[in-house]
Amino acid sequence: MNLIPIEYYLILSAFMFAVGVTGVLIRKNAIVVFMCIELMLNSGNLALVAFSSYMGSSAGQIFVFFVMTVAAAEAAVGLAIIIAIFRNKLTVNIDEINIFKW
Amino acid sequence: MQNHFQEIYNVLPLVLVACGVFLSVVIEIGSVKSEKILPWFSVLVFLGTSLFSVFNLNNCGTAYNNMLSYGGNVFIFYSLFNLAAALTVLSSMEYIKKYGSYFGEYYILLLSSVLGMMLMAGARDLFMVFIGLELMSICFYVLAGINRKKQNANEASLKYFLLGSFATGFVVYGIALIFGTAHTTSLEVIVSNFGSLSHNLLFVTGMLLFLVGFSFKIAAFPFHMWVPDVYQGSATTVSGLMSTGGKAAAFSVLLIALGAVFPGNAANVFRPYFAAIAAFSMLYGSIVAISQNNLKRMLAYSSIAHAGYMAIGLAAGNRESVAGIMFYLVAYTFMNLGAFGIIAMVEGADDTNLELKDYIGLSQRHPLLSALMALFMFSLSGLPPFAGFFGKYYVFISAIKADLTWLAILGVVSSVISVYFYLRVIVYMYFKEPEPEALPVHNNANGVLAVVISAILVVMFGIFPGTLINLITSYLR
Repeated sequence: MNLIPIEYYLILSAFMFAVGVTGVLIRKNAIVVFMCIELMLNSGNLALVAFSSYMGSSAGQIFVFFVMTVAAAEAAVGLAIIIAIFRNKLTVNIDEINIFKW
Repeated sequence: MQNHFQEIYNVLPLVLVACGVFLSVVIEIGSVKSEKILPWFSVLVFLGTSLFSVFNLNNCGTAYNNMLSYGGNVFIFYSLFNLAAALTVLSSMEYIKKYGSYFGEYYILLLSSVLGMMLMAGARDLFMVFIGLELMSICFYVLAGINRKKQNANEASLKYFLLGSFATGFVVYGIALIFGTAHTTSLEVIVSNFGSLSHNLLFVTGMLLFLVGFSFKIAAFPFHMWVPDVYQGSATTVSGLMSTGGKAAAFSVLLIALGAVFPGNAANVFRPYFAAIAAFSMLYGSIVAISQNNLKRMLAYSSIAHAGYMAIGLAAGNRESVAGIMFYLVAYTFMNLGAFGIIAMVEGADDTNLELKDYIGLSQRHPLLSALMALFMFSLSGLPPFAGFFGKYYVFISAIKADLTWLAILGVVSSVISVYFYLRVIVYMYFKEPEPEALPVHNNANGVLAVVISAILVVMFGIFPGTLINLITSYLR
């Protein structure tokens, strides 16, 4: 059986991670930033599943379930926070959320 | 059956707090008087757990297939978190009424966040580290924005959430690489193979990402940008707990993850990393704090500096540094909680009375509070005979033993710089002419009690540092 080499998965996941980090650093919309954070978590998930499958150990796959559950909880809290701030300021642009300086 | 009961008894502090969470949900739903019952119920849970942990220090071991460990230094951390949370609840009672944001969730979230911290400190597996970290962080994101009608609190909460989950991304990817190279998630195994694994580039990368994630949580220099805004904008009592309990929990994980380094079983490959973040955090925190006029923001920068002092211990990486870091965490927890407790009482509703000039003449309006504030400031700046001095002393000694004398000297230099802005608070309180229109101080019995307890502990650990240090050292294997 010809398996796809594990390096391919790792390169893909590293690329996804890099895209996520870049997005967090340069995007201005809070929701898009949050999506980029989800991308970072999912790149971790991909690497975990790939390793787990190649090692024949299920620990990594179980870990992915934990990560997904936590990501869902985080999304619930995060979207609630974004809604709270939108009610008060009518914007979710990070550049305009700037009461605190220096 | 006997074994199950024994295992539950061993991890009883976790069980107590978890039951506290569920019961407080029931109380909040079922009782119309929950506003009066819940705070005292949570104080009871915290104090009970803290006392249980202190009295069971000698019952050491691991539970649930090496997922959790109990006894010894883990229980010292447990009782630290619970005591800190109990003091936070005491000073919160009046504070959240002042801001008109009483929600039963406040206490439930405090209980859950403490459960998260305890899972982190007791973790022996990356699973538990991750679950504990997220349980603590998600509760803190909500607690930071508990004054949800205030734009300040909204902004603090959003910034904490975005940067906190950014850090989680690093931790998850780091864990994935560690799992892939170490072939296990058990920290016990990772620590015992640390020496051979640290020649594997992928493992070092994973570990470094993991450490970067936790550097966000301890508020060290290049990853500090959220700290001042979040501490300033959040509810003051919550900032107190975030800066102490949250930092202590993150450090407890670092102490576990680098467990091979401290007894000298493996080379400290991350020494340059920790030395760099320690040096930059200390200097940056101390220097920028000088220009701050808002007390909460000043304490936030001081929190960055203190993370730097503790990171010296991680760079040194020997037995003394574990004891030094733990002692420092205990000392920092109580002096910082005390300072935030006083700010919470002096603060008026709507974020007023937070500037340095509002403290002019506090010594006449409220002599007790200003005397205690002076005590905490002396301790934070590291003057003897308070606990803060010995925290720094033990950490610097460990650095000198590890041939990092330059780092210890930098630490002393930045302590000297920091004396300026800590003592400035005292100068404002005692030596400036008061203005007639100063706002009244809403002191209250519970808040004063919390502050007095913190002060007693700071003085006690300052006069008898040896008891705690010997206790911690006796549990180091």
